[in-house]
Amino acid sequence: MSKMHVKMTVNGKPVEGLAEPRTLLIHFLREDLNLTGPHIGCDTSHCGACTVDLDGKSVKSCTVFVAQANGAEVTTIEGIANPDGTLHALQEAFREHHGLQCGFCTPGMITRAHRLLQENPNPTEAEIRMGISGNLCRCTGYQNIVKSITAAAEQLASMKEAAE
Amino acid sequence: MNDQTPTAVERAEKLQGLGSKRKRVEDARFTQGKGNYVDDIKLPGMLFGDFVRSPYGHARIKSIDKAAALAVPGVVAVLTAEDLKPLNLHYMPTLAGDVQAVLADEKVLFQGQEVAFVVAENRYVAADAVDLVEVDYEQLPAINDPFKAMDADAPVLREDIKDKMEGAHGPRKHVNHIFTWEVGDKDAAHKAISEAEVVAEEMISYQRVHPCPLETCGCVASMDKINGKLTIWGTFQAPHAVRTVASLITNIPEHNIRIISPDIGGGFGNKVGVYPGYICSAVASIVTGVPIKWIEDRIENLTSTAFARDYHMKGRISATSDGKITGLDCHVLADHGAFDACADPTKFPAGFFNICTGSYDIPAAHVTVDGVYTNKAPGGVAYRCSFRVTEASYFIERMVDVLARKLDMDPADLRLKNFIKKEQFPYTSVLGWEYDSGDYETALDKAMKTVDYTGLRAEQKANREAFDRGETRKLMGIGVAFFTEIVGAGPVKNCDILGLGMFDSCEIRIHPTGSAIARLGTISQGQGHATTFAQILASEIGIPADMITIEEGDTDTAPYGLGTYGSRSTPVAGAATAMAGRKIRAKAQMIAAYLLEVHEDDLEWDVDRFQVKGNPESHKTMAELAFASYNQAIPGLEPGLEAVSYYDPPNMTYPFGAYLCVLDIDVDTGVTDVRRFYALDDCGTRINPMIIEGQVHGGLTEALAIAMGQEIAYDEIGNVKGATLLDFYLPTAVETPAWETDYTVTPSPHHPIGAKGVGESPNVGGVSAFSNAVNDAFAHKGLTHTQMPHDHWRVWKTAEKLGLNG
Repeated sequence: MSKMHVKMTVNGKPVEGLAEPRTLLIHFLREDLNLTGPHIGCDTSHCGACTVDLDGKSVKSCTVFVAQANGAEVTTIEGIANPDGTLHALQEAFREHHGLQCGFCTPGMITRAHRLLQENPNPTEAEIRMGISGNLCRCTGYQNIVKSITAAAEQLASMKEAAE
Repeated sequence: MNDQTPTAVERAEKLQGLGSKRKRVEDARFTQGKGNYVDDIKLPGMLFGDFVRSPYGHARIKSIDKAAALAVPGVVAVLTAEDLKPLNLHYMPTLAGDVQAVLADEKVLFQGQEVAFVVAENRYVAADAVDLVEVDYEQLPAINDPFKAMDADAPVLREDIKDKMEGAHGPRKHVNHIFTWEVGDKDAAHKAISEAEVVAEEMISYQRVHPCPLETCGCVASMDKINGKLTIWGTFQAPHAVRTVASLITNIPEHNIRIISPDIGGGFGNKVGVYPGYICSAVASIVTGVPIKWIEDRIENLTSTAFARDYHMKGRISATSDGKITGLDCHVLADHGAFDACADPTKFPAGFFNICTGSYDIPAAHVTVDGVYTNKAPGGVAYRCSFRVTEASYFIERMVDVLARKLDMDPADLRLKNFIKKEQFPYTSVLGWEYDSGDYETALDKAMKTVDYTGLRAEQKANREAFDRGETRKLMGIGVAFFTEIVGAGPVKNCDILGLGMFDSCEIRIHPTGSAIARLGTISQGQGHATTFAQILASEIGIPADMITIEEGDTDTAPYGLGTYGSRSTPVAGAATAMAGRKIRAKAQMIAAYLLEVHEDDLEWDVDRFQVKGNPESHKTMAELAFASYNQAIPGLEPGLEAVSYYDPPNMTYPFGAYLCVLDIDVDTGVTDVRRFYALDDCGTRINPMIIEGQVHGGLTEALAIAMGQEIAYDEIGNVKGATLLDFYLPTAVETPAWETDYTVTPSPHHPIGAKGVGESPNVGGVSAFSNAVNDAFAHKGLTHTQMPHDHWRVWKTAEKLGLNG
């Protein structure tokens, strides 16, 4: 099958490659760019392990063709940490509040939470639960994930306040 | 001593040993997307394997035409059973003493069965070629109902063993019969029941479900032809056992096989078994000379690798009219699917199902289990539980509730009346287990007081009256469940898998500067071993947990062990860790005696050092002793500070707990809202309370999924009725309630640190609590038992049958 030339910005860096048009974004990220943070947990867009940020929206990258991401801005878990290399408040909070166990859902979960907190910086527990309902976790029972996201939201708010 | 000298308490805190809510060392990698799961592995020249699978539940293969698939550019090979036969690899041994087709030989026996293995340059080309392999089938009648498997006119499923009427567990009664297992005194149990004042009888079915970890199964097999070494990275919960099995079936010497379990994205029992994908990948790598990757997709995972449960339990329980249980009888029909690939210790074809007297002092009991073949996927793994313990616990907890209805007694009172008493431990049950320790009454009392059980029952009474007056359409259910697990298999004298004794191991090396590495025979799949095993060791040898590396999963470096499942890591490998630590300490004591010029007996251990009795100023810390072991010639002692322990536990451990669930059911929609869930766990000594709590949250959520929606169902011709995450229920954050956790501590008397294991308890106890609550909601309307899963439709049907939503 003939390949197309794709270009996009991933985690702030311009990238390009040749890919069959049917190639899924998740496979391009994992196999061509070696960004193995986002995972594949189902074939049907239910689990959310492959969640990445595409032009400011959370998408399940198993359901996006790389062709659709041509020219886009993509952020994966590998691009969530602060520019100085320190961990983002969400990454710290997940560690602090035991928001992960096997770690397989974690990259998608944190990437989704990262977008959620931009959409709604001060979510209620119910809003967090609804906001991450496209991301499945089999280990934690979500309780500590919700706690982690709540703590990160508070941390980000106090950082913002301190900056102002 | 001046004020700057840290006290023993301060030094102990610095260790982050037993009881510390230590943060996980695993998390820095995982939160940054730097885990290393099997699908992340990429080797030069690697090809990708994919299966052609059966669309039928039962069919004869008339022909397989590979030509069109082989013509696709990028396709390297297409393997079928004919290609594996010369290697004698078309069948493989199962963990249960049966054989399983690696690639279908003449017949397919379940939908999704592996028929051919395509090897191609990438997963897209492999998938294209899978579609082009032409298989001509002749469909045959299928068996989907285990109760019809042994009918006189039932179709013969396993032609390969149709004349072999002596099975791995005794004589077979029918071509589709696998084994009969019997435990207990039949005459005594039947006599108790026939003479009893009250007898309750019920058919309790536990539906077929699937562990469904978020990461599916897979492997990368790489045969290095130059040095003759086969390395397989894979989703293995028992890497050492996989190595031995691989050696036995391929005849490759065991030292030339290296099995590596990298990070594993959840297991829950799904990754215990040996699957055709592993064998085909290894064969393909040997044939092609390049590495082969095989990764299941989700549908393949749910339809071909390791289901759980599918137990149909007919029970009778008897009691005096004032509620003293006198007898229990149970017959189980076990649906094992097309091949008997149960993951149970060899002598236990129904696992530890004979723990089914539960937490109660029952004077007479009898159990029989019949396993049968059907046209369904093989498996029968312990989905987040010890071998068949969830089935046993669900059975007894439902039966006790059914008996309570019949006696018109409160289910909590009936439990309290029949508990094994604290002073009876160690307690030997009539079905043969020796319970190590327990204090059930204290646990249930604490649970009932915390939730205000009396108040809840009063609220329920008011709710029922309001419902009858037409003021509400919701019914309140209260589920009481108590469980006793049996975990930590196990003593080698009665527990083995394929002849391999179920001990486990730990090897410790102390470095000269006082840090350490410990390697174990287990493998974490999210339990946090790298964090908690270092805590056990920190308390034993006085080196801070942060200075101890824990390594597992590589058979070339880790000591031999039977792996992680059945909550055995803490009871067995955790014990090995403590014992190896004590060997380190014993040697360190000899070094300290030499350096301090005193007799060993004049020394005492104090947190992180040996000190002279009565003169604590004269001491040597473990770090000092470690250095001395490398730089001093000590008469009579070898240099270095290392130890290994292979631990064969004297008994299993028996964690227990009391769970209470409160829910509201909308009778018009069947929607069930879990309002409150309280879980009290007693897992003995608590290593890391933060991790225990996390394990309980996760296990309860899996229990919720099972009780309220999970089912792998088949239609009459063997089609799986839905095998994606659209159909198979995994709760999201929205359906999952908030969990309340609590604990009591009753240490195991035989475990070196008194720990019992906890990861699986919430699944074992949780399912009963949810199901008891749903049944309880309708109890006053005459319901005694309704089958799981309690999804909206089934709950609505129950309400309809009781005439509540007309």
